[in-house]
Amino acid sequence: MALPLLTAKSIDKAFSGVAALTSAELQIEGGEVHGLIGQNGAGKSTLIKIITGVYRRDAGTVEFDGGEASFINPREAQSAGIATIYQELNLVPLRSVTENIVMGNEPRKWGGLIDWKTANSQTKKVLSDFGLDLDVERPLGEYSTAIQQLVAIARAVSLNAKLVIMDEPTSSLDDKEVAVLFGVIRQLKQTGVSVLYVSHFLDELFEVCDRVTVMRDGQTIGCHQIAETDKFELIAEMLGRNIEDIKSAGMTDFGGGEAKRGEVLLQADNIGTDNRLRAFSATVHRGEIVGLGGLLGSGRTEAALALFGVDQLTQGRMVFKGEGFEPDDPVTAIRSGLGLLSEDRKAEGIIPDMSVRENLTLALLPRLTRAGQIQRGREREIVENFVKALGIKTADIDQPIRELSGGNQQKVLLARWLATEPDLLILDEPTRGVDVGAKLEIQSIIREYVDRGCGVILISSEFEELVEGADRIVVLQDGYSVSELENPGISEDILIAAIAHHHDEVSGANA
Amino acid sequence: MLDDSAFDLRKYLNNNGQSAGVWIALVALIIFGLLRYDNFGSAYNIVSFLNYNSMFILIAIGMCFVIMTGGIDLSVGSVAAFTSVCAAYLSPFGIEVALPGGVLAGAVIGGINAFVIIVMRVPPFIATLATMLGAKGGALVISGAQTISVDWSSNFTKFGMEKAFGILPWTIVATLVVFFIAWIVLERTPLGRSVLAIGGSEEASTLMGLKVNRAKAFVYIFSGACAGLAGVFLASSYGAGQPLEGIGWELSAIASVVVGGTLLTGGLGSIPATLAGALLLGLVFNILNFENGKGTISLSAYWQLVIRGGFLFVVILLQTRVIRKRQAVS
Repeated sequence: MALPLLTAKSIDKAFSGVAALTSAELQIEGGEVHGLIGQNGAGKSTLIKIITGVYRRDAGTVEFDGGEASFINPREAQSAGIATIYQELNLVPLRSVTENIVMGNEPRKWGGLIDWKTANSQTKKVLSDFGLDLDVERPLGEYSTAIQQLVAIARAVSLNAKLVIMDEPTSSLDDKEVAVLFGVIRQLKQTGVSVLYVSHFLDELFEVCDRVTVMRDGQTIGCHQIAETDKFELIAEMLGRNIEDIKSAGMTDFGGGEAKRGEVLLQADNIGTDNRLRAFSATVHRGEIVGLGGLLGSGRTEAALALFGVDQLTQGRMVFKGEGFEPDDPVTAIRSGLGLLSEDRKAEGIIPDMSVRENLTLALLPRLTRAGQIQRGREREIVENFVKALGIKTADIDQPIRELSGGNQQKVLLARWLATEPDLLILDEPTRGVDVGAKLEIQSIIREYVDRGCGVILISSEFEELVEGADRIVVLQDGYSVSELENPGISEDILIAAIAHHHDEVSGANA
Repeated sequence: MLDDSAFDLRKYLNNNGQSAGVWIALVALIIFGLLRYDNFGSAYNIVSFLNYNSMFILIAIGMCFVIMTGGIDLSVGSVAAFTSVCAAYLSPFGIEVALPGGVLAGAVIGGINAFVIIVMRVPPFIATLATMLGAKGGALVISGAQTISVDWSSNFTKFGMEKAFGILPWTIVATLVVFFIAWIVLERTPLGRSVLAIGGSEEASTLMGLKVNRAKAFVYIFSGACAGLAGVFLASSYGAGQPLEGIGWELSAIASVVVGGTLLTGGLGSIPATLAGALLLGLVFNILNFENGKGTISLSAYWQLVIRGGFLFVVILLQTRVIRKRQAVS
């Protein structure tokens, strides 16, 4: 075979002393679709940013297209033939499709004026190669995200890109649009352009990629021909597990639990939304913690958003406390007795400038109000009780919450929901970014709360937390709930095996 | 060494936002005035100063609520002009009708702002820019671009020109009432907390079940009503509905709010500090008048704008520092 198009060897990179990459490797052949996978923090984006000149590498070599490549900025990488299609597209939505594609390389006519006629016909031709027939004079923003993404790719190709890097290209596309994108990727491949495809969706890799590189903890763990590997192997490598353990665990009995359940609190039947939740079913009883397990993008958070009324159901039904339940918005869901501790603490949780006291009581205000006024005395009392009970470390309950550590912020948010005494509390990554001590405390607070007869849905990327914390685990894949495990008897390997099983296999295993 | 008291003061200001700064500046300016001018502390000067500035204080209080949600209301000046004409037309029926009428007219325009911003999802800057032009045009149309003389035979002008129980002018009393209500709403009610929470993070507020749209509707309607009341003051104090007044009032109001330490990005603010901001900007003008009166300088009234601009500049510099520091923390 000819020389590889791109070879990155022994790449090291550290950020203020913390290693992000340790002798990472990546090799892409010409005309190849190459997958790149790894958990969050595995170093995928750092590696890409080094290749495209956003970051400088500390050590190692990069060769591209037969020469040493040390790009000092993305522009240089682009003119050498590396185009990156980011999740956030860097196009100009208000200008026409043509302008977006020819920008910076407009065909000129006599006197240096832009030759729009040629530009339009060039653009039409580039797009028709991808099977797209657009009115190229209309503003780009009138077209769907998928089309805009394809236009971004078309722009890259028209700039003679030899390698197109796609970072999570399908995260905002629907199934039909994904199919069109895959068509374009195959098209690129045929014309000899290579694609580096970064995705959390393993199924997609098996559909379009020739080879796949797995990264973990800043290192390259393996590189496989896609035809010679399977999901088990990829997941085992991503998570750093022994593949034999996973496979054998998958074959053992899932074990039966004897959790002291109360009555059924929530039942969801095949619910789906427009937000990548296809068919999710689960039952939560009083007195139990139900975990949602799955890889990133499997629909865990989306299930929570559907239950909480943020995303509207397009199919299925829910029963909550014995009655049909379909909340229009969080206000309705909260009034019915739900709470949601959201995943993104900074953006969706805390109000940074408000005090610990105000943050803690925001969801509780309707109940703290008498004659239109907040009862300050009771407010202080409640806040002080929670600060003491949860061991929240704050100088003063009037201290701005932004000054607290992550773990203490999270405890305040947890207290915010506990104070409203919901029947069902959904916790999305409750211990992310929290130190070990606070983590254990938060976990025991949750268990204590459930023992009082409430239900909790626990979402976590950490398998250990799910396995140890949940009474049952509902496993999700690509927006479907595919299996259910019961404690005692769940081990991390069993959980991973369930996550790795394909839908069809799972329905058999989950007898 | 530089770590002397001057730097401690700066640290103090950084830690407490600018609301501390505005009080210090206000007190300093008042002491300066008291020491330098004989009549500065006279009842006449104080009352006429407050009487004149009550309109701006009202508008600034309404604006403060809007800005705390992260929005802006550019329509207030035009709304005041419009409602001054409405109140003038209603003046024969007495203040009992003209005052609620003017406030209602302002609240209705605020309601239009709220509808366009919340339901039609138009950015506040654009939406209130449109109602600013609309209210201005409305005022000119219904008045025929003339000042509309009020009915002097009714009790309408007594409101703007006479004192309640012989102590304080009615305008000042009404402004104080609005001030205390606004203060209590912001500090003591769920609505006030929601306003600040929305400015802090609208997404988080929605997810924790706060009635975000209701709170946003409130701030625009309240701001419109405050501007409406200011328009009633205008007509009652000057004896005429004035369709050409109100130009630039929205900017003075924004300036008062900002000088009072309220962040333009929302989420942080104070009603007393907004009052202090409005008083401070008004005092600059008052003191220039005294200085001119002494004959030591002869500065034209235009200079007050330059000096107000200087104040604003300093405050915004300080705010930027606070925001940067905050970003560094989180």
